[in-house]
Amino acid sequence: MAEDKDVHNGESLENVFSESIVSRKEFLKLTGLVSLGSLVASFSNVFSKQVEALELNSQKKHRWGMVIDLVRCVNCKACTVSCRSEHKLPPGVVYNPVVEEELGEFPNVRRRWFPKPCFQCEQPPCVPVCPVTATYKRKEDGIVVIDPHKCIGCRYCITACPYGARSFDFGEEYIADKGNDYNHIPSPEWGGVQGVREHGKAPIGTVRKCDFCLHLQDEEGNYTDLPACAKTCMGKAIHFGDFLDPESEVSKLLARRNTIRLKEELGTQPNVYYAL
Amino acid sequence: MKKFFWVTLVIGLGIGLIGVYERLTTEHLQANYGSIIPWGLWVALYIYFVGLSAGAFLISSLVYVFQIKKFEPLGKLSVFVALVTLFMALIFIWFDLGHMERAWRVLLTPNFHSMMAWMVWLYTIYFLVLICEAYFLLRSDFLKMGGMWKIFSLGFGSQSSEGIARDRKYVRILGSIGVPLAIMFHGGVGALFGVVSARPYWHSGLYPIIFLISALASGGALITFIFIFIQKDKEKYSELIQSLGQLVLYFLAVDILFNISEILVGLYGAIPHHIEPFLTVMKGPFWWVFWVVQLCVGMMIPVLLLSYPKTKKNISFVFTAVLCVLVGFIGVRLNIVIPALASEEIKGLVEAYRSARFSTYYFPSLMEWLVSVFIISLGIFVFTLGLKFLPLQTKERI
Repeated sequence: MAEDKDVHNGESLENVFSESIVSRKEFLKLTGLVSLGSLVASFSNVFSKQVEALELNSQKKHRWGMVIDLVRCVNCKACTVSCRSEHKLPPGVVYNPVVEEELGEFPNVRRRWFPKPCFQCEQPPCVPVCPVTATYKRKEDGIVVIDPHKCIGCRYCITACPYGARSFDFGEEYIADKGNDYNHIPSPEWGGVQGVREHGKAPIGTVRKCDFCLHLQDEEGNYTDLPACAKTCMGKAIHFGDFLDPESEVSKLLARRNTIRLKEELGTQPNVYYAL
Repeated sequence: MKKFFWVTLVIGLGIGLIGVYERLTTEHLQANYGSIIPWGLWVALYIYFVGLSAGAFLISSLVYVFQIKKFEPLGKLSVFVALVTLFMALIFIWFDLGHMERAWRVLLTPNFHSMMAWMVWLYTIYFLVLICEAYFLLRSDFLKMGGMWKIFSLGFGSQSSEGIARDRKYVRILGSIGVPLAIMFHGGVGALFGVVSARPYWHSGLYPIIFLISALASGGALITFIFIFIQKDKEKYSELIQSLGQLVLYFLAVDILFNISEILVGLYGAIPHHIEPFLTVMKGPFWWVFWVVQLCVGMMIPVLLLSYPKTKKNISFVFTAVLCVLVGFIGVRLNIVIPALASEEIKGLVEAYRSARFSTYYFPSLMEWLVSVFIISLGIFVFTLGLKFLPLQTKERI
């Protein structure tokens, strides 16, 4: 045994591999077939994604969006609060926070802030990653929604959103007392179909996001009232409207004002513009 | 020693069950991940175990597809390890879901634009291939064992040498299908992260490749570790163990090279969103996971032990080295998942809405640890049972 060992000690891996007597033909045939199939599948997958995006545009009736006038925004956060009460949001879930930042050095300092709803991107990076098509972009008006009955709660879409617009509903409640009514009022989202908010039931355990107050649309897809944030905005900074309608307030603002969108370099094409 | 092992295992299962109970009754309430860092310990351990599975399977293919006779004693063991680690990985990711009862949706209503749907489909097929392969590998042994074991052969197969040779052919065909499958599904796990353009730390063409190489390094290390651990007559296989050690060393070296490339290219570019996760890894609150666990334990010590002529021939040092690799790669997996998420997508987001769920700091909660302890103990338990009762260690020539 000892001699045997000595002989092999100097052996390198090359010898190990040269031992192999693979029937290369067979192996290559099988692996080649499987790899070729997967290659074709993945390429067609990428192309069909682009084609679908084009098709989507032709079916659109509206393109709802916002122009948020940062000159008029006073950082009162009424939009955040009204959104929370409109959707009966639990702690840990937020649809429209006001993001603040301090700039400069004393004494030349200033603060900058802007409300940040979901931007309902034209190319939403959160949509293709969903493994079960629970989140999708509505063909008729481009709003990106999450079906709480389909979402499996994998949270892949949260990682894919470059704007942090999505939050996971952990099932937290405002007051420890379970009898408190607020915790159980159904959210008007999806027509309130999920009913009373309970553990083990959606929307708990699913991902949630701003849906431009979809429940305020009538059957034709027109808004009967402004989304909660736009309606409450006391400085009239949040303008809401249809970008497909050239006469709408937002279209006019877009033409008149100097606007920006966040992270243009990612090609997401947000439908929310900030007027500077 | 044996008694100690079983007592630890039972304690692990016991206290782990508390965590599982908490997870099932209070759902995700007691978890510490949130909406800024939506993936935590479980996802990291999921990619850890799924990597071990792909690696172990590819090692088994050295025997059954590439027919390297030297590795023959590892064949059945590797296939079984691949099965058990895949099983553990799947439980981890299942517990991570917000709605566990909806997991079937990925299989029945998949969206094939999603890398996650691809991954689930691929590892389902891979799982079936593995089970079939294990069946053809073991059925002649089941017949030989007689009695109740015959049931596992499902009434087919034979003990004759022609029968065994035929089974071997099936195994080779299944293995040949399995090799690209394992490469695709683990490359797919890497792509799952790689395609997310919102996270520049992940968004790199190298990612799927790094996942594959690290799977081979860690899977090879696990097979070596288990083989040395269970082998009574270690001297007899000293040459095999040395080759395994060298195999792990080569994979590890390539893995280190790729990682250096990722880090240096990222840091040199100096795009704030890109370097922020790297700085979190190196200077953040868990800097030691990178410098100590990942770099020292996971890479430097094993590379030194496996390349220094005196230690690379010593079984105990090879054992230490592969154990270091196994520990170090937990750090590697944690540092893949969490730092990329631990930065605000938009500056000020964390202050904009004050909640524990909106935090760039993440440390797993007790419940998360307990569930992990349970799943790992369960995996070791299943593996030990298999080792005891299944004919995994019989030696034969092709």
